[in-house]
Amino acid sequence: MLMGLYNYWVVVVLMMIGFYIVIAHGNLIKKIVGLTIFQTSVFIFYISMSKVDGGTAPILVDGVEVYSNPLPHVLILTAIVVGIATTALALALTVRIKEAYGSIEESDIQNQDNLIQDAHSQDALSKASSTDGSASQDDSSQVKHSGEN
Amino acid sequence: MLVHLPVLQVIVPLMAAPLCLILNRSKVVWMFALLSSAIAFFISILLLQQVMTSGTIVYELGGWEAPWGIEYRIDKLNAFLLLIISAISTVVLIAAQTSIEKEIPKDKHALFYILYLLSLTGMLGIVSTGDAFNVFVFLEISSLSAYSLIAMSRERRALWASYQYLIMGTIGATFILIGIGLMYQMTGTLNMEDLSDRLPEVTQTRTVFAAYTFIIVGVCLKLALFPLHLWLPNAYAYAPSIVTAFLAATATKVAVYLLIRFTFSVFGFSFSFTALPLQILFMLLGLLGIFVASTAAIYQTNVKHIFAYSSVAQIGYMIVGFAVSTVTGLTATLLHLFNHALMKGALFLALGAVMYRIGGVQISQFQGLGRQMPLTMAAVVVGGLSLIGVPLTVGFVSKWYLLMALVESDLWPIGILVLVGSLLAVVYVWRIVEIAYFRPALAGEPVKEAPLSFLVPIWLLVLANIYFGIDTRLSVSVAEAAAQSLFQVSALGVSQ
Repeated sequence: MLMGLYNYWVVVVLMMIGFYIVIAHGNLIKKIVGLTIFQTSVFIFYISMSKVDGGTAPILVDGVEVYSNPLPHVLILTAIVVGIATTALALALTVRIKEAYGSIEESDIQNQDNLIQDAHSQDALSKASSTDGSASQDDSSQVKHSGEN
Repeated sequence: MLVHLPVLQVIVPLMAAPLCLILNRSKVVWMFALLSSAIAFFISILLLQQVMTSGTIVYELGGWEAPWGIEYRIDKLNAFLLLIISAISTVVLIAAQTSIEKEIPKDKHALFYILYLLSLTGMLGIVSTGDAFNVFVFLEISSLSAYSLIAMSRERRALWASYQYLIMGTIGATFILIGIGLMYQMTGTLNMEDLSDRLPEVTQTRTVFAAYTFIIVGVCLKLALFPLHLWLPNAYAYAPSIVTAFLAATATKVAVYLLIRFTFSVFGFSFSFTALPLQILFMLLGLLGIFVASTAAIYQTNVKHIFAYSSVAQIGYMIVGFAVSTVTGLTATLLHLFNHALMKGALFLALGAVMYRIGGVQISQFQGLGRQMPLTMAAVVVGGLSLIGVPLTVGFVSKWYLLMALVESDLWPIGILVLVGSLLAVVYVWRIVEIAYFRPALAGEPVKEAPLSFLVPIWLLVLANIYFGIDTRLSVSVAEAAAQSLFQVSALGVSQ
């Protein structure tokens, strides 16, 4: 049981490691690493699944009867390409996030966003009150909104 | 030529995308993208006509027969979805050039259209293909280009929103990939038609359960079902306005399509709904989505956020219809797919027009816009009424069918909850209307009405909102026929 499904155990363990890293780590690069491990485990899953016991590569030769299934291999070539594109895009986004925020830590980024959002509503508030003298009641309603936000 | 329509539907935007690089002049590229999207729209009309008169169209790619090669299979459901996607894409593109002038740096305009066309290709591909693995490939084409489109915004928060969407979207897509792998392991085929033949023999195995669960969770991540919707509000709020209008009207619809396709056509109705407590689960999550997201929408200060949360709530209605699992329920879901695309397309384009004129969509900036941009704001009002489900708008039609489905199945308490949920929409729509119409305008330069290139597509969609709210023949007959054929296919799967 344990040895017969050896490949699948590896797949599941890798999958969970990758998934855990994506969820638990706040560093954007580490998240991408986790995502890549997660995807790679699926590649291994497809490749293991297509192996036929005692089968060889699917090339017609005399004396060979059993071949492994080549289709999942081809599928996984496609999936690897997709995975590379995803990783490249994620890394490019990380570079731009670093340029824009000066950090690649999730908590830093979220803090900065919250600060900006508060400043925004303050800004809109002061604009509204400076332009519209009679809008005292508007102000109070807006304070309420930004507070709830 | 007519024989090749199913593949041309996907190939035209796919081939047009790299050609944009050669043209490279912003205006020319726009015309070209608009043209190719319009061709896709035209093809989808022809396909729908053909399917409605002569039944399912099967197209074998490269002449390879179905279980070995990839086939495109256009039935009533696909044809309906293809029409929605290509129509919205074309209408939204009309406004694109004006909108991105202010929101995207000039040297990136050509790239914007390339990504837009690729995203369109991906969605059309997901819908037309009859091959499970092909679905994954097209899903990634449309998602990867959507992530980049969102990140094109000048707003830096768009980068973070895009990153989050990328992480969650990739997890969802990988889940779908695992599910497809497990199905292949049990049946040795990737063709959906073949799968539905072979899966009943092995339904009792745990592998098939695992496959279905992985696929459903993956798809629900993509369609932003309530607890899995976290990526959506920020991605929609900070993306360039055109991208929001396009994605909000199409991307989640495609995911709903996948949910329906896998549940009804591939796994078969009897497996999906009897072997798993799917009905209760989806009913609960759909209702929770309606209430939580509508309430969240009420407290937002960014109008794009309001409508983004409202999108999550509207998906709740679709899922409730799906969970009823009768022909009428499914008809309601399909109708709401169509209607929601019209509403959200109009609303987000109107917000794009506001963004174009005043450079922001904070709710406080809407003061007095009712008088300064009367046509745009009227569009917001009609769109809002449609969201609420007022008679004579499309929103009413789909809610009516949803209620009928619930009452037919003796689920009228849920019908009441659905109606109460609609009242929440009144609150958040009213907040915008109140500020736009009953507050004096902010001092400073008077704001002008949106340019014609915005007003034309906005009002096309608004008029469609009203037209399909009154004359429901087209939308209802197609949705009903599609729902019926899905149930028939499912029933056939059982008897085999």
